[in-house]
Amino acid sequence: MPYNLTSFLLVSSLLFCLGMFTVLTRRNAIGILMGIELVLNAAGLNFVAFSRFGSEFQSGIPLSGQVFTLFVIAIAAAEVAVALAIVLSLYSRLKTIDVAEFKDLRK
Amino acid sequence: MKQTILSVFILMTIIPSFWVALSSNIVHAAFSLLFTFFGVAGLYVLLGADFIGVVQVIIYIGGILVLIIFGVMMTQRGRVLALSVQLPGKILAAVLCAVILGALFFAVARSLWPLEPSGRELGPTAAAIGDLLLGKYLIPFEAASLLLLLALVGALLIVRRSVKGDK
Repeated sequence: MPYNLTSFLLVSSLLFCLGMFTVLTRRNAIGILMGIELVLNAAGLNFVAFSRFGSEFQSGIPLSGQVFTLFVIAIAAAEVAVALAIVLSLYSRLKTIDVAEFKDLRK
Repeated sequence: MKQTILSVFILMTIIPSFWVALSSNIVHAAFSLLFTFFGVAGLYVLLGADFIGVVQVIIYIGGILVLIIFGVMMTQRGRVLALSVQLPGKILAAVLCAVILGALFFAVARSLWPLEPSGRELGPTAAAIGDLLLGKYLIPFEAASLLLLLALVGALLIVRRSVKGDK
């Protein structure tokens, strides 16, 4: 693969679509979380690639995209902690992590 | 040389993520996520983002992936859960994803990007990122720290309530 922006964008769009496929087809709640992580990685890769190749790199501070990726990673960490807490809490009540079984808001 | 390393990291990212999407064994999916995260960290380093690459390894592999594997093993009860939707839904999802992927590829291939990186090579970025985080991006930085605190308390509260409820 040549070292240019197109290669990185193709990789991240493939990563995004695989993540979306995972989210759409898994019924295992933790499998869906994995798909979300793939999508967030694709987004972070896009930010860093544009920060490397974009016009801002020529003009001065080339790091805004990298800072955005840091925020994406921090939000992903918060998201996965809360999501796993919810999944484990549902598991302790319903004894399953099949999302097709999660129908009621209270029980 | 650079292109060879780039190809290695791209393959290291893409092939395991196919496994994440298609494997029927959730444990295999979780472990192949390890290689995907590591490949993305390598791509970050190749893009001149050394600090982000290290953060990716520490937080994604050291934190998020460990949590996910922990969750997988907590919720297994002896057998491997191979839950996915039935075949018609799967085909529909595959068609939808293929259409979106085709559109993205078309858009990326047809657009005129500034294709060459400028001659300037990036040095270590940690100091400059620290300056930005405590200067230009101070408010989002504090908001992110508040978000992490709230996520910590919220996760504890959710799990604690469910344990209480079982009593």
